[in-house]
Amino acid sequence: MTSSARRLRAILGLSGPTALWLVVTVALPLAAMLVFSFLTVVPMGGREAAFTLKHYTDFFTRPLYLTNAWRSVRLGLEVTFFCALVGYPAAYVLARTIKGRWREALLLLVVLPFWSNSLVRTFSWTMVLNDNGLLARAVHGVLPFAPSFDLLYTYPAIVIGLMQAYLPYMILTCYISLQAIDDSLSEAAYSLGASRFDVFRRVILPLSLPGLVAGSILIFVPVLGAFMEPRILGGQQAIMLGTLIESQFTASFNWPLGAALGFIMLVIVLLIMGLFYPVLKKHISVD
Amino acid sequence: MSAVGISNVAKYYGRLAALADVSLTIQDGEFFGLLGPSGGGKTTLLRSIAGFVEPDRGEITIAGKTVSNIPINKRDIGMMFQNYALFPHLTVAENIGFGLSVRHRPKSEIAERVRHLLELVRLSGFEARKPKQMSGGQQQRIALARALSTNPKVLLLDEPLGALDKKLREEMQFELKQIQREVGITTVFVTHDQEEALTLSDRIAIMNKGGVEQIGSPREIYERPRTAFAASFLGTANFFEGVVSGRSDGLTRIELPDGQAIFTTDEAPAGAKVTAAVRPEKLLAGPPRPEAPQGRINTIQGRVTAEVFTGNSVTYKVDAGDRTVTVFVQNRTDERFGPNQAIALTWEAFHTILVAA
Repeated sequence: MTSSARRLRAILGLSGPTALWLVVTVALPLAAMLVFSFLTVVPMGGREAAFTLKHYTDFFTRPLYLTNAWRSVRLGLEVTFFCALVGYPAAYVLARTIKGRWREALLLLVVLPFWSNSLVRTFSWTMVLNDNGLLARAVHGVLPFAPSFDLLYTYPAIVIGLMQAYLPYMILTCYISLQAIDDSLSEAAYSLGASRFDVFRRVILPLSLPGLVAGSILIFVPVLGAFMEPRILGGQQAIMLGTLIESQFTASFNWPLGAALGFIMLVIVLLIMGLFYPVLKKHISVD
Repeated sequence: MSAVGISNVAKYYGRLAALADVSLTIQDGEFFGLLGPSGGGKTTLLRSIAGFVEPDRGEITIAGKTVSNIPINKRDIGMMFQNYALFPHLTVAENIGFGLSVRHRPKSEIAERVRHLLELVRLSGFEARKPKQMSGGQQQRIALARALSTNPKVLLLDEPLGALDKKLREEMQFELKQIQREVGITTVFVTHDQEEALTLSDRIAIMNKGGVEQIGSPREIYERPRTAFAASFLGTANFFEGVVSGRSDGLTRIELPDGQAIFTTDEAPAGAKVTAAVRPEKLLAGPPRPEAPQGRINTIQGRVTAEVFTGNSVTYKVDAGDRTVTVFVQNRTDERFGPNQAIALTWEAFHTILVAA
């Protein structure tokens, strides 16, 4: 057997199982959904299904869908932005200031939320956010004359709930890229006359950008399709692209419409990535 | 005026003294080497001059001004790091121009300076490359150009050639020294490599356990080491321990424990316990001589235990009484000494140097 044939066999042998797994679990169901999205009804239980573009044209003609798609994009951007705002400084301190055991302990606290059930976590937020909840009591404990407030079933409640769920991704990805920056790089910058701000803006920030971008993608994509947090914490504000899709599958049993909305969301994600790609490429490539 | 002054500088990590009251003066334009083993304090001293380490005591001056309260970025230093610390996201030109850019110099001035520095380090035309696309030797030269970019008062080099392979290191030693001469900048560098220290330095400070063992030109330290540590860290040395038994005709006689005696031109009081150092290449190996040592020539008898051929010379290990003596013999004649052969080692009395143990 020639060496190139042996190489091919090794590649197939090693990546084959994963490829097969992805085909069975991702490609096939997605393909089925893509087909459904062009049908009038789901071809199950002996129903006659016909080809239609109605679900896709509906999206662009009925304001309900466009409005909520925009709300979801906005929610995704806002949650990502606030996660970066809170997560990056936390990752910075973890990676560049705290050393040894404290760092390990704090990292453990960061990933702690992953250990609990997300549904339970989200429901527990209702107890924190309602008008007699822990947050309101804490605020009134410090400021007794503050006006009473009830965050539950508002847009900010959705943002808070999603931030809580996705913040660890931002902290971890930023942490990884920040701690990989050699201390000698900032020392070199200082020795060349750079101020603390210069060092951050010209060395640390650009070198940690890949982490910030990875975290943003990991957060933006699932938030765009999120439905649990909006449902539980959002009340009247709950209607988002994600909840619309979910209800097509669970409540209305209109799988074709749900599938079409799902693919539209996929296109939105790809469009946004494509939009940012030139900017990212310029800043991230090191070679 | 001294370019860098260190007076009574001490730095403790817990109870460990990384620097124990170090004082030394580095002259304008001097290429000054800090040589010592790891943990000797040389890096701590270099980082104290740069400002990365804050000494617990003492004063550091650069160009006559105390820098104790001046932060790193205002000290006007150029530093080259062991791993070069080039900014991976910036081009070669942006790396070299970084110092001027944070000083908000006009773009045209930066471009001109970068062009000049790249010419100096012979890398013109590489402006747009990223550091990762360059070889180790090229990266080193970019790091040097960057460190020189702001016309600093002092250039600090941390193990400048440590990351290069042997052949490249020899080339760069020469080039580094040439560039330093050309620019005329006061340079302090840290190394644990004696050859690097010998070839680059105008003067060397041998550091050990946080203190300075000896300061001097490479030749001074090599020929007249003051301590056993200095003698063995810069070059190789044979040590003889004995007791002074008298002085006459300008020669001090040292009685060795095995009954043999050696002479030195150095002075020491009778009865004193002393350590004498002799460089292996100062010894001459020859057939055994039964007669007692005469006048200014020392003779000790021994037996060859090992022979290592290194091309231009042969290293012999000789068992002489209660010690093993190392001898370097130039590969000049056919004369060779086999294992277990009895030989005599002779050397001039002024090559016997009394050192502090």
